[in-house]
Amino acid sequence: MRKDYNLEKRKYVIGGFIVVIVAIYLCKLFDLQILDDKYSEIAVNNVRSTIITHPSRGQIYDRNGKPIVYNEPAYDLMVVPRDVQEFDTTLMCEILHCTTDSLDSLWNNMSNPKKNKNYSATTPQPLVQNLDDKTRGNFEETLSHFPGFSISRRSIRRYYYKSAANILGNIREVNAEDIERDSDNYYMPGDYTGDMGVEKSYEKYLRGEKGKKIFVRDARGETSKDKQGNPIYYNDGKDNVKEIAGKDIQLSIDIDLQQKCEKILRERGEKGAIVAIEPETGEVLALATNPSYEPALLVGKDRGKNYSKLMSDGNKPLFDRSIMAAYPPGSTFKPSQGLIFLQEGITNVNTSYPCSRGYINKGLKVGCHGHGSPIAIESALATSCNSYFCWGLYHMLHNQKYENLDSAFTVWKNYMVSFGYGYKLNIDLPGESRGFIPNAKFYNEVIGEGKWGPNTIISISIGQGEIMATPLQIANLCTTIANRGYYITPHVVKHIRDVGIMKKYTEKHVPPINRAYYDHVVNGMRMAVTSGIGTCKRANLPGLDVCGKTGTVQNPSGRDHSVFMGFAPKDNPKIAICVYVEHGGFGAQTAVPYGSRVLEYYLTKKNGENVESDDSLKIDESSKNVDTQYHDTKWMQETPQVFDEAQQQIKAKSKSAESTAHNQPPSTPESGLPQNREQEKAILTRPTGYYPSRNGIYKG
Amino acid sequence: MASIRDNNKDESNRLLASVDWFTVLLYVVLVVYGAVSIYAASPISNSEVSMFDFSTNSGKQFVWIGCSFIIGFSLLLIDRRLYEAYAYPIYAIMIIILIATAFLSPNIKGSHSWLKFGVVSLQPAEFAKTATALALAKLFSTYGFQLRGWRTYIVPVGIILLPVLCIILESETGSALVYFSLIFVLYREGMNGFVLFALLCAISYFVLVLKFAGSLIMGIPLGTFIVLTCVMVVIVLMLLIYCRSLILGRNVALGYIACALIAWGLSYLGVNINGYVFFFTVIPLSLIYLLIGMFRDDLNKVLMTVIFATVSIIYMFSVTLAFNHMLKPYQQNRINIALGIEEDIKGKGYNVNQSKIAIGSGGLTGKGFLEGTQTKLNYVPEQHTDFIFCTIGEEQGFMGTSAVLLLFLTLILRVIAIGERQHTTFGRVYAYCVASILIFHLTINIGMVIGVVPVIGIPLPFFSYGGSSLWGFTILLFILLRIDAVRTEYGTW
Repeated sequence: MRKDYNLEKRKYVIGGFIVVIVAIYLCKLFDLQILDDKYSEIAVNNVRSTIITHPSRGQIYDRNGKPIVYNEPAYDLMVVPRDVQEFDTTLMCEILHCTTDSLDSLWNNMSNPKKNKNYSATTPQPLVQNLDDKTRGNFEETLSHFPGFSISRRSIRRYYYKSAANILGNIREVNAEDIERDSDNYYMPGDYTGDMGVEKSYEKYLRGEKGKKIFVRDARGETSKDKQGNPIYYNDGKDNVKEIAGKDIQLSIDIDLQQKCEKILRERGEKGAIVAIEPETGEVLALATNPSYEPALLVGKDRGKNYSKLMSDGNKPLFDRSIMAAYPPGSTFKPSQGLIFLQEGITNVNTSYPCSRGYINKGLKVGCHGHGSPIAIESALATSCNSYFCWGLYHMLHNQKYENLDSAFTVWKNYMVSFGYGYKLNIDLPGESRGFIPNAKFYNEVIGEGKWGPNTIISISIGQGEIMATPLQIANLCTTIANRGYYITPHVVKHIRDVGIMKKYTEKHVPPINRAYYDHVVNGMRMAVTSGIGTCKRANLPGLDVCGKTGTVQNPSGRDHSVFMGFAPKDNPKIAICVYVEHGGFGAQTAVPYGSRVLEYYLTKKNGENVESDDSLKIDESSKNVDTQYHDTKWMQETPQVFDEAQQQIKAKSKSAESTAHNQPPSTPESGLPQNREQEKAILTRPTGYYPSRNGIYKG
Repeated sequence: MASIRDNNKDESNRLLASVDWFTVLLYVVLVVYGAVSIYAASPISNSEVSMFDFSTNSGKQFVWIGCSFIIGFSLLLIDRRLYEAYAYPIYAIMIIILIATAFLSPNIKGSHSWLKFGVVSLQPAEFAKTATALALAKLFSTYGFQLRGWRTYIVPVGIILLPVLCIILESETGSALVYFSLIFVLYREGMNGFVLFALLCAISYFVLVLKFAGSLIMGIPLGTFIVLTCVMVVIVLMLLIYCRSLILGRNVALGYIACALIAWGLSYLGVNINGYVFFFTVIPLSLIYLLIGMFRDDLNKVLMTVIFATVSIIYMFSVTLAFNHMLKPYQQNRINIALGIEEDIKGKGYNVNQSKIAIGSGGLTGKGFLEGTQTKLNYVPEQHTDFIFCTIGEEQGFMGTSAVLLLFLTLILRVIAIGERQHTTFGRVYAYCVASILIFHLTINIGMVIGVVPVIGIPLPFFSYGGSSLWGFTILLFILLRIDAVRTEYGTW
C-alpha cells in the first residue's frame, strides 16, 4: 500500500490541535481553580444557610436587687412563602381579626424586598408580629390548615413598675440608619436595639452576643437532612456559635425612692425634676421627671402608635427634664459663688457686704428681701442674700489682681466648669444637656468688646441671666459641697454583671477649692434650714441634719421656678438632691417641701421605718404573664470590677479589625454613651423657653 | 483438527500479545475513574449506600462497565476482516435504525433518540459513530480512492452527513455535531489544508465579532474592527507564506501601516475617520493593487488571497446579520452566555455558572472524595452525565482535572500513533475517525463545563453516566484495538 509521507506530517497538525486545546483548558482550569478564589466563596455561600439565634437581653435591677425590667416571650406569625399552598383566607382573617385587604397588604409588605430586606422565599418571614395570647392559641390549633405558616417565639421587654421610663428607656426595631452606623456589624433588619435610657447607653452589654446555626441547604434551598431526619450542620456544626445572653445590669437607682419622687411631682401635675445622688459614690438614687410615661408603652405591638402620641404631646413626656432641660439655677448657684470668692481671696469668711433691700451700685439695683445688713458668707447663704453675691462678683471682676476683665471672667468660668457646669457631666444616659456657662468671648460677641462690665452681667452671680444648668448639675454641685470638695460623675448603673463598672464612674473630680471653705458654705446651708432667717426652714427634719439652699428663678413668662438643693445628714451625707419645679413659685413654697419629703423618705426608709410601698406605680403582677424566671442577684453582692471602657474599645476594635480587615470601611469611634447630638435632637426637641436668653438680665 | 486448534490457539495468543495493552489500561482507568466520579456525584442522601449498589447510578455504571468489558473482549475475538467486509451493511443498518428511532422513540426531554428494549434503553446515535467511522474507513480503503477534485468529496461527505441528518431528525443537535469532527479525517487523507485554515478563521471571526459587538471604536463595533484588522493581517501573512511573494506582502504591509498612521495622526488633529470608511478604502485599494500586481506572481494563489479576504468580510457581516435575525432567542442566549457576553446565572446560564462554581471551588487538591457540596447537593444539573467533569473538579481540584485532561490527551495521541502505524488505509482512517470523535467530545464537553464553549449536550467519553455512551465508545475503541492487533501478523497474512 502506498504511504504518503507528506500527508503523514498532518498528524502533527491534528495532534497539535488537541494538545493546544488541552493546554488552553489547563490554563483556564488553573485560573478557575487556583488563581480565582471567588468561586470557593460562592460555593460556600451556596450551601450555607445560616440561622441567627438571638440571645436573651440583660435584665435590669435596682440598687437593692429588685427586678425592674425582665423579658417575656412574644409570638410572631412566620411564613415560608415557597411552602405556602392555597389556604382558607377567610379563616385566617377571622383568627387574625383583619380583612382580606389588610391581609393582602401584610403579605405585600412581607414579600416586598424593599420593605423586608431579609426577604427570601425559602426562609421564615415575619407576617404578623406580637400576636396576643388568644390569637396565638387559635392559630396554633389551626396551624395544620395553613402549610408554610408557623409561630415563632421571641422575647420582649416587660416592666415591673410604671416608673423610671426616662432611666430605663425602651427597645425598638433597628432602622436602616442604625445598621449603617453599626461599626460592629451586629445589627440585621428585624433586630431590636435600645432606644433612650440605659437600654440605649448600655446596649452593648444588654444585647449579648448572637449565635448562629449553619445548616447545609441543597440547590432548591431546602435544608438537608440525614437519615434520621435531623438537619445537617455545615462543617459538622463546628462553625455554629452559641449565643451569649446579655449582661444583667444593676442600677444605682432606688426604685422605691424613684417612685416616691415621681409621685411627689405628679401630685399637682407640675413640670419639673427631682434628682437624688449618693454623694460619696456619685450613684444616682433617683432621677424623676414629670410629665413622664409608662415604660411599657414603648415596647411591643403598639410602640409606634404610642411613640408618636408621646412625641406629639405638648407636655413633652419624652423629654427628661432631670438631665435634658437647662434651667437657670437661681440661688442654688450661690454656694458655688461663695466658694470661688473665698478661694480667690475676694472675700474672707468675715467679709460683709451691705444689703439695703438689694444690690445698689452705679444706678443698678438688684432687689433682695429684708434681712440684716451688712452680712457675711454664712448668713448670706442662709438668707439667700442677692446683694452679697452681686458685690462679690463685682469685686472679683473689677479687680487689680487680674490682668483685665476678660482674664478675671475666665478664672471665674474655669471654676464653674470645675464644678461640672457648662459641659455635660457625662452621666450614662443619652441626651444630656450641657447647660450654659458664658465665657468672656460670649459677651464680647453678644454685647461687644468693652461694652460689658461686672454690672452688665451681675445677675449671673445669683444664677440667673445666661446661666443654665440641668437639675443633675445642680444636684452635682450639692454633692460636691456634701463631699466637702469632690464629686464622682453621676451615673445610674452601679454594676454590670461580669463586667463591673466603668472607670470614669469611680474617679473623683476635685474643684480647685480649699476644703476649709466648704465648711462655711455647709454651715450657711445648715443655717438656711435651722435658723429663723433661713429660707428652707420647712426642710428642718429632726434628727436628719438637713443642709439646703433654695432657689427662686425669676421668669419672664409666668410664675417663678421653684428650686431646692440640699443634702443630709450634714456630717457623713447619704443623699444629695435637687428639686426643680417649673412655675412652682418661691423655692421655699414648693421645692423645699418636696425636697424634705424626699430626704425624709430615703433616710428614714433606710432605718427600716416608714417604708411606703406605692401600689399606684407598681404593675399588678398577677394580671401579667410573668416569666417564672429565677432572678439571680448574688452577683450584685460582689464589688464591681473597675474597667476602662476606652481601652476595652481599643482592644475590641483591633480584634474586629483583624477579623474583618478586608471588607470593613473605616468607622468613626463610637463611645458606649451616645454623644451624637443630632441623634438626641431627632428624638427630643427641647422646649423653646429653655435656651439661654438675655431676657430678664436686669430684672430683680 | 489438532493443528487447526493449535493454529487458533496460537493466533489468539499472538492476538493477546499484540493488543495495545497501554490503550486498554487507559480505557480501564478512565471507565473506573468515571464510575467512581458518578458515585461522588450522587446526592447526599445516598451517602451511606455502597458504590456498587445497583439502585445508585454508580452501581448501574459498574454493571454497564462489566458489560463493556465483555463487549470489548468479544470484539477482540472477531476476525478483523469482518469489520472491513461488513462496514457498509453495518452503516446501512445503523442509518435505518436511526430513522426508525426518530419515529418510534418516545419524547424524552424533547428528543426522540432512545430505543427501549425492556428495561434497557439505548441511544442508537452513540453507536452510529462507529458505523460511520467504519464506512468512511472502508471508502478510503477502496482501491484507487483518493481525495482529488471536488467530485471525490461527494461520497465521503455524504457518508458523514447522512447520520447527521438522521440525528437532527431525532432532535439531538449536540450528537449530530460530532460528525463534523470527521473533517480531521478528510484533512489527514488529503483534503486541502486551506479548508481547515478557513474553518479556523471562520470560528475565530465568529467569536470575535460577537464577543466584542458591545463597544465602539472609530464609530464601528470593536468586534468588527478587530476582525477587519485580522483580515488585513491574514492578507499580508497569506502573501508572505502562502503565495511566497515577498514584494507584494511587503508593499501591502507598508501600505496598511502608512494608512493606519495617517488615520491615527488625523485623529490627533481632531479629524476622526469612521472605521467603515477607513477599512473600506484601505482594504479594497490593497485588493485592487494585488489584482494588478498578481500577474507578476503566482496568479492563482494571489487570486485566492483576494477571494479569501473578500469572503472573510462578507462572512463577518453575515454572521452579525444571521445572529441577530436568524437565530432563535434561546440559541442567541446560549452563544452569548458561552462567549461571556451575557451573565444569566439564574436562567439559561445557571448550569454553566454552577458548574464553574463547583470546579472553581475545588482549588488545587479539591474538597476530598464525597465532600463536594456543589455536586452532592444537586447545584449542578446533569452532574452525573454531561457535567460529570465538575464533580472531579470540585472533589479532586486542579490535580484531578489536569489528570483527567492528560489521560484523555494521552489516549488521543496514542490513537493517532496507532493510526499512523497501520499498514492499511482502512485501519488508519478508522483510527483517525476515533481520534477525531474523541477530540470533539473532549473539546466540547470540557469546554462547556468550564464555560468556554456553548452548552451542547454531549457526554464525556468513558466518564459520563449511561450505558449507550459507554458501550458506544467501548465498541469504537475496541474495534480499533482489534484492527491494530493484527499489524504483527500482517507479514504472514
